[in-house]
Amino acid sequence: MGEVVTEEKAQKGAKKRPKKHPGRIDMTPMVDLMCLLLTFFILTAAFSKPKIMTITMPEKDDKTVPPKIDARRTLNILLTDSDRVYYYVGAIEPGKPQPQFVKSNFSKDGIRKVLLLKNKDLFTKITEYNDSRVKGKIHVSDAAAEEHIKSLKKDDNVGPIILIKADDSAKYKDIVSIVDEMAITNIASYAIVDLSSAEKALLKAQPR
Amino acid sequence: MPKIKSIARSPHIDMTPMVDLFSLLLTFFILTATFRPVDPAKLTIPNSVSEKVAPDNDIMTIFISTDKKIYFNFDNGKDTSKHFRAELLKAMGDQYKISFTPKEITQFSRKSSFGMPMAYLKQWLNTEDSKESDKFQVGIPTDSIDNQFAWWLNKARFVNSQAQVAIKADGNAPYPVVKKVLDLIQKNGINKFNFVTTYDKQEVGIKDIPKQ
Repeated sequence: MGEVVTEEKAQKGAKKRPKKHPGRIDMTPMVDLMCLLLTFFILTAAFSKPKIMTITMPEKDDKTVPPKIDARRTLNILLTDSDRVYYYVGAIEPGKPQPQFVKSNFSKDGIRKVLLLKNKDLFTKITEYNDSRVKGKIHVSDAAAEEHIKSLKKDDNVGPIILIKADDSAKYKDIVSIVDEMAITNIASYAIVDLSSAEKALLKAQPR
Repeated sequence: MPKIKSIARSPHIDMTPMVDLFSLLLTFFILTATFRPVDPAKLTIPNSVSEKVAPDNDIMTIFISTDKKIYFNFDNGKDTSKHFRAELLKAMGDQYKISFTPKEITQFSRKSSFGMPMAYLKQWLNTEDSKESDKFQVGIPTDSIDNQFAWWLNKARFVNSQAQVAIKADGNAPYPVVKKVLDLIQKNGINKFNFVTTYDKQEVGIKDIPKQ
């Protein structure tokens, strides 16, 4: 083969040199690698940020008198070991029949259904408001919408007041789950409080 | 009739602009990337529907592991020239009558989360090998006789009053430990705090309200 080429060249004259190509480098592997690295950095930049859930606790001050809560509106949620959840309405008072503990769980049909039913009015209001924002019926900024929902929650005076009580065998994830349920069902007022000794005893007496 | 020769050449695309653009983007992302600091212990974080992103600065993070160990992290603040971490170490040194050398203070500023009794702190700072120094991470004592964790919180609050509190705990951490930490935080006058969670979408609509 090589011989043939030289023969041709010789025929056409030694003056004509082979056409000089500008050095062309195949950049495909480089592009491939860059693409890969770029995707990696974009993804890590987007997903590395941890999410947080904010909780505001009532001030722990001996001087402030806790506000009087309507017993019919209070819903006590008791958390204990192995993901068990109990709830009861009202308060335990001496001399009165003890409230019935109801067993529930953290599943979709568990405590969430109870909370949704109790908080029907406020939940409907907030969901309708959010829906109309999504559908573009009303145009408000995120901050204004948050403010509106806040005021809706503040004006609510029929919804439940949730008291979250965990015993010593509860886990951190139970607290997070129940506070998360509060966010899902748009509960206006809830607090994490201590178990009373009467509740502790009742909780222990519950069958597993 | 001359034959029409179709030129069969593989099309050659000039990739130079593409490479240019990619290298530009790549440099941008590499420079802006902030690497997530390694957690002091293996933590399985619970899920929540919260989409709020944790702030990068002015945050103190309290880590609670399943075996009830408590670790602490505190950042240098948005304006790194304020050296909040160095200030915190000096304040803690004053409290426990330990004087730290400038080298130890710079070392402390560079590190991230920590969790050891004050007595181990100097050794931890002077150990170069990260595997060796990790042995000192045994958790900050919270017992009532010498509640060092309370002092860390107190001093951190004093050094940077703007700092938010975030709790990053393993889902299986026992509640009493979490409660103890929450109580201590509230004792320091902080009533608003954050739980670090992973995002998990939950769809609940009006149709989900049970009819009754």
